[in-house]
Amino acid sequence: MIKRIWTLFVARNREFIRDRSAFGWNIAFPFLIVLGFGLMFSQDRQVLYKAGIVTAPAQQVQRSGGDNSLTKGPFAAEKFAQFKKTRYVEYITFPSQEHALKTLAHHRIDILINPAAGQYWINSSSPKGYIAERLLLAAGSNDGHGFTRQIVQGREIPYIEWLFPGVLGMNMMFSALFGVGYVVVRYRKNGVLKRMSVTPLRPWEFLTAQIISRMFLLLGTTAVVYIGCALIFGFQCRGSYGTLLFIFSLGGFSMISLGLLVASRSSSEEFAGGILNLITWPMMFLSEVWFSLEGAHPWVKKLSLIFPLTPMIDGARKVMNDGAGIYDLKYQIISLSVMSALFMIIGSFMFKWQKE
Amino acid sequence: MNTILEVKNLVKSFPEVCAVQGVSFSIPRGICFGLLGPNGAGKTTTIEVIETILKHDSGEILYKGRPRGATFREEVGIQFQNTELPQYLTVRETLETFRNLYGRRGDIDELIEICQLEELLNRDNRKISGGQKQRLLLAMALANDPELVFLDEPTTGLDPQARRHLWDIVRNIKMKGKTLILTTHYMEEAQILCDRIAIMDYGKIIAEGTPQELLEQHCAGTIIHLDISPGEKIMEGFPWPWFQVNGTMEIHTDSVNRAIEELMRLDIDLSSMTIRSRNLEDLFLELTGHQLRT
Repeated sequence: MIKRIWTLFVARNREFIRDRSAFGWNIAFPFLIVLGFGLMFSQDRQVLYKAGIVTAPAQQVQRSGGDNSLTKGPFAAEKFAQFKKTRYVEYITFPSQEHALKTLAHHRIDILINPAAGQYWINSSSPKGYIAERLLLAAGSNDGHGFTRQIVQGREIPYIEWLFPGVLGMNMMFSALFGVGYVVVRYRKNGVLKRMSVTPLRPWEFLTAQIISRMFLLLGTTAVVYIGCALIFGFQCRGSYGTLLFIFSLGGFSMISLGLLVASRSSSEEFAGGILNLITWPMMFLSEVWFSLEGAHPWVKKLSLIFPLTPMIDGARKVMNDGAGIYDLKYQIISLSVMSALFMIIGSFMFKWQKE
Repeated sequence: MNTILEVKNLVKSFPEVCAVQGVSFSIPRGICFGLLGPNGAGKTTTIEVIETILKHDSGEILYKGRPRGATFREEVGIQFQNTELPQYLTVRETLETFRNLYGRRGDIDELIEICQLEELLNRDNRKISGGQKQRLLLAMALANDPELVFLDEPTTGLDPQARRHLWDIVRNIKMKGKTLILTTHYMEEAQILCDRIAIMDYGKIIAEGTPQELLEQHCAGTIIHLDISPGEKIMEGFPWPWFQVNGTMEIHTDSVNRAIEELMRLDIDLSSMTIRSRNLEDLFLELTGHQLRT
């Protein structure tokens, strides 16, 4: 049994590594994405901004020094009213200033305004925050008064660090779904699975070998990409690497299980490709790879929870950006575990060696 | 026990067709058993049911006198009609991968030698020819040192040289005491390799025996072939059956001398005449008809 799984594991790894175009793309793709976004943000090409509005009364916010004035400027209300007329800015209200500041720190909004207190906050590493601030200050009058500038206290997360777990997660998603899905469908289509089916190999042994092989390759390529990007962009993981590895492993396993489920019966690469696209595209947009769903309709947020990419990226961000531990990721872990079990059980039940 | 495989009243239906309709045969150890028939006759379905790929509707299949058990897959080797090889692996890696899927394994050096793979071992599967691929597939079928080997049209699509090359290998395997079940379209192949054959058509076995027995039983006599066709009027009353095929004529006779005398009496030009014994191909066409099957 172990020998059979090991044999298929080795064979599949050889196939993957020798397929230089696919192997190279798996490594190059996330680098290019991160590089592209780095360039994009350095050139301030964003046009859509999210402004958080604190509706609660002003709170005393502890600051580390510098300008700690909470002076309510005489023109704040008027300026805010003018600012609210600015197009291409979305306004999201927050009853709690504490929650709103946390949201700002995670780049889910670009600027936070407390009109009642005449204060605004930006994340100094955010290019969108900078532009939003300029828009606020320029609104209505040219005097620049009315609000006093505040900087988010404590730890700030550079945007690229917020983005990075999303890009890694997305790369894992594509690699797991298409890597496993396409390979199994191709094996079935060209008769390799049929040939294996007449050996003593059992379906679960085949599936286990595919999972282990893909996990190994997935985590290997992700580690290479992580190290490369960390060296180039100077990322840091605030949590433990062990926790990060765990959440990526669980997320990867969940994606691979989903890939096996999609590939459990089909022998048409076109059909499997269509289904995989149908799954990956919504995940790419709704799992907060590129942008936050803060301010989106509640049903969109709820919908995003059915995708395994959402808890994986959320968990990875919590580890990398906030230093979260295993216990802090309990919801993500439960969610991914349940999804993985579901995908595996249904996939194993539906699995066919041969074309129908 | 002399019989390695026994099939009794095997029936297998698909939604639109009953592909196998009560097929029965038994195969003694150490022989090459040929299953012949036109396209759609039910050969591959019969074989795939025996191989456990398809489930049968009714009937019984006994391997070594018992229903096929858990060890069946360990003890049989299978070469399918159309199987691709895993990509990006070398010939040796492919052979080792499949060999490692079995508990019982043949000696790899012997496999390489039998199937003449020495020169190909480090070559990528994608870069081997059709004949080389068939040799590798055959080696994969022998990877577990099987007692019973299924070869489903192993030489289809090969050039004559590669085909003969594969025949030598199959003969060599047979000499090692293996039992072979061969399906083929090539009657010459069946005549050369098979000790016993069964001809299937429309899901049934219509003839079974050694090639010699079948020829004597169904196809005795000689064929006289002429590259001309004298026409029905001249041949009227000719004492032996004759057929016009694309402007040529074939006469099936049990007395060559008398047939030639008769042709001479009719003043037919015999300069293009060829005479040959009837073979399996004639038997096949006689039993299954001359019409093209789609």
